[in-house]
Amino acid sequence: MATPYPFSAIVGQDEMKLALRIAAVDPTIGGVLVFGDRGTGKSTAVRGLASLLPAMRVVKGCRFHCDPAGDRTHCAALCKGHGDANGTSHEMAAVPVVDLPLGATEDRIVGALDLERALTRGEKAFEPGLLARAHRGFLYIDEINLLEDHLVDLLLDVAASGENVVEREGLSIRHPARFVLIGSGNPEEGELRPQLLDRFGLSVEVKTPGDVASLMDVVRRRDAFERDPAAFVAKWRAHDEALRDEIEAARARLPGIELTDAALERATRLCMALGSDGVRGELVLVRAARALAGLEGKTVIDTMHLVRVAPSALRHRLRRSPLDEVSSGARIDRAIQEVFGV
Amino acid sequence: MSAEATQAALRAQDAESATALLAVDPSGLGGVAVRSGAGPVRDAWFAYLCALLAPDVTLRRLPLNITDDRLLGGLDLGATLIAGRRIAEQGLLALADGGVVIAPMAERLGAATSWHIGAALETGVVAAERDGLTLRAPARFALVAYDEGAGSDERLADGLLDRLAFHLNLEAATAKAFTELETTRAEIAAARARLGGVTISDDAIEALCATALALGIGSARAVLQAVRAARASASLAGRAAVDDDDLTLAGRLVFGPRARSLPPANEPENAEDEDSGGEPEAENEPTPPDASEEPDKDQDPQPEKDLQELLLDSVVAALPDDLLAKLDKAAAGARQGAAGRTGARKQAARRGRPMGHRQGRPSSGTRLDLVATLTQAAPWQQLRKAERAASSSQAAPLIEIRRDDFRIKRFAQRLSQTTIFAVDASGSAAFQRLGEAKGAVELLLADCYIRRDRVALLAFRGTGAEVLLAPTRSTARARRALAELPGGGGTPLAAGLDLARTLADQVRRQDELPLLIVMTDGGANIGSDGRPGRPRALADAISAAHRLKGDGLRCLLIDTATRPQPQARQVADALGALYVPLPNADAASISRAAKAFDTRGPRHDGRSNVK
Repeated sequence: MATPYPFSAIVGQDEMKLALRIAAVDPTIGGVLVFGDRGTGKSTAVRGLASLLPAMRVVKGCRFHCDPAGDRTHCAALCKGHGDANGTSHEMAAVPVVDLPLGATEDRIVGALDLERALTRGEKAFEPGLLARAHRGFLYIDEINLLEDHLVDLLLDVAASGENVVEREGLSIRHPARFVLIGSGNPEEGELRPQLLDRFGLSVEVKTPGDVASLMDVVRRRDAFERDPAAFVAKWRAHDEALRDEIEAARARLPGIELTDAALERATRLCMALGSDGVRGELVLVRAARALAGLEGKTVIDTMHLVRVAPSALRHRLRRSPLDEVSSGARIDRAIQEVFGV
Repeated sequence: MSAEATQAALRAQDAESATALLAVDPSGLGGVAVRSGAGPVRDAWFAYLCALLAPDVTLRRLPLNITDDRLLGGLDLGATLIAGRRIAEQGLLALADGGVVIAPMAERLGAATSWHIGAALETGVVAAERDGLTLRAPARFALVAYDEGAGSDERLADGLLDRLAFHLNLEAATAKAFTELETTRAEIAAARARLGGVTISDDAIEALCATALALGIGSARAVLQAVRAARASASLAGRAAVDDDDLTLAGRLVFGPRARSLPPANEPENAEDEDSGGEPEAENEPTPPDASEEPDKDQDPQPEKDLQELLLDSVVAALPDDLLAKLDKAAAGARQGAAGRTGARKQAARRGRPMGHRQGRPSSGTRLDLVATLTQAAPWQQLRKAERAASSSQAAPLIEIRRDDFRIKRFAQRLSQTTIFAVDASGSAAFQRLGEAKGAVELLLADCYIRRDRVALLAFRGTGAEVLLAPTRSTARARRALAELPGGGGTPLAAGLDLARTLADQVRRQDELPLLIVMTDGGANIGSDGRPGRPRALADAISAAHRLKGDGLRCLLIDTATRPQPQARQVADALGALYVPLPNADAASISRAAKAFDTRGPRHDGRSNVK
């Protein structure tokens, strides 16, 4: 319906754009959290992400857009009467970027009984919800800090297990639901629960542009887009496509990118210097650096890759003293200086 | 005409202009927030707006307690049962497409409702996932949000306010201002038809951007709204391009209420700054479309500087006096106002209002939502009866309800706690120990952070008490406010306790549990009338404490005196407070004492759930 604003036309916000591209290259990084002021283009960036994602191969007609090459034990049982049960015919489909609107009911998220079939044919059938739709794609939650607690718990559970379990009216359904969780929010609305924070692989902070030139760019582009969306999107299509090709190439390159012992040691030392909790931070740091190297067409992870992704990968993992006034970003910069001498 | 009268006249004039511009481009400008109580002035203003809008524009009133299914759309159960297939019903926002939505008492809208309206304003589409339906419908409308909040802590959700181009304040206006129409409906219609063709130059956009930044407005959204307002203004005046008048009007209307800081006093330097900011931009411009434009650019800076200055002056001139005073205070480093609003708004979602229902088991502590349960069960009756007939010979009950159908009512969520620190910052014994008191408070703040409580800070010294920090979840901010707390002067203990009572009351109205921690040596020497005199002051303090006790407030009093005197104990007793003398207590034991209060007792639950 509404045309999304082209991702490549977003002015500045490099950290956010990079984090989203990294998540697109390597979905196992575990999601992106975007925190920032209102009107900084958080939602715009996420909604524009869809056009950067290379199409994926799916089993034709499958309601869970299962990968024909992947494990199909779940979907074989559920897709009866919907898709191609043997999984022999494939098709290309766009990677889903699913919006979870605030106030979405639990039924719609996890899936429920198909009311229409119950009424018309008197049979029980499962109707997949948003989690099924987001499988192999992205699930976006705007204002994640306003989401109700029981839904947050539910999402965390599914995101951790990669599987959605529904028990309703004598139906017992489980289906795969692996997705990249993207959350955005405004810090003024309140902080996020620490358990939820930790779930995210990367976390970025966005700010409003502080200088006339970039503010002007934002306003002019936005104005041009609103006055003639089709022409504006056409103008930026090539840029978006270039980004998409970059992501596709990076994905192909990913398994071959080397992590030297020296780089690993640096990553470890950085995490130790910051006292970040657990090994998750280190894992994400290395993975994100690898994805970045892939985006840059490199075959080896170097220090600069680590330095560039460190703030996003570690910012939200620092053990926080509530009374510490130094921002997480400044602490990371300091640690980078100490460990890397950069 | 006095300055005040001039200001009022200007404001009325601006309100009129804003209304006309909104009528020209309703959905582009998003709408208007009108701060005013219900009354003849507001009615006159609304009549004026209606007189300008096209006669076929739909007006829809948004009831305060609107449910999501009415707002966004949902399943039409009756039609669904008759048709035997899912029939969706449009919600209010979708029905308002192309029209105007009127929201009375918009400051009391729930967080989720505000978010949905804001999202629809932003995207022009209403999107929801509910009742087994994926709903997407166009919803391009303008919102008229009546903000009837009594104090500055009750305000429209920022996410909503941000998307409305105009923020009018009609509190000082008269109904007469809107009785004589300066613009006619035909003019508006003509302007609307012309709107698409109105152009705006890059210089004009730059001037708007520079002005916004100079006023501390970083949001591109605000500048875009100003661009649209300027276009509407030009169109209304019959111009094909935006001129200076349009810019000043748009700047005043859109930026005025959003200003967060004042531009630096020495204007020439300011203009210089902006000039240097603008220059590289002009040079970086890829492929200048026309070489003949270059000399123009070189000559431009001078008049352009004027334009920016003009614009800035015009916005600053329109700022009301009290706003200027507020801004000065804000510039001094305190942003408590914003924090207080945030806290209040966040809690709006937790009020005792019904919050719909969710699947669950009726048990102690939950209440069955009978209608929702029956609604849930209704579509399945035929299927279940058929099942039962097949599996057993038992007669089917009239309505077969199963475990999965149960829906429980949701009201407020778990009550959270707001800890109010009332700190004696007077020059008496307390002052010497202010450092230690601060240390204890910091420890308590850490506890508050762990419990996700809100904190508020008030201090009393000199002749009165003031709130240094309205309830906030940011303990870092509390710490900063505390660090900046000045000491010295008398001890107006009664004033401090009275203020604490007001604050506690406010917290309770937001359905949170207040916990009061008073830090004083009890050496009251300023009465509640602000006059010195020890015996009187102590008596006043004790009666203030009694009032607090009468409210059933949980309270902890920390005696900060080096040698504890009986008066602090007296006040603590009057408060019904736990008394902890600081000399005998290290910070850790104070923290333990405060924790002992972290029991959300039934008495208080009952109090705050009286609805």
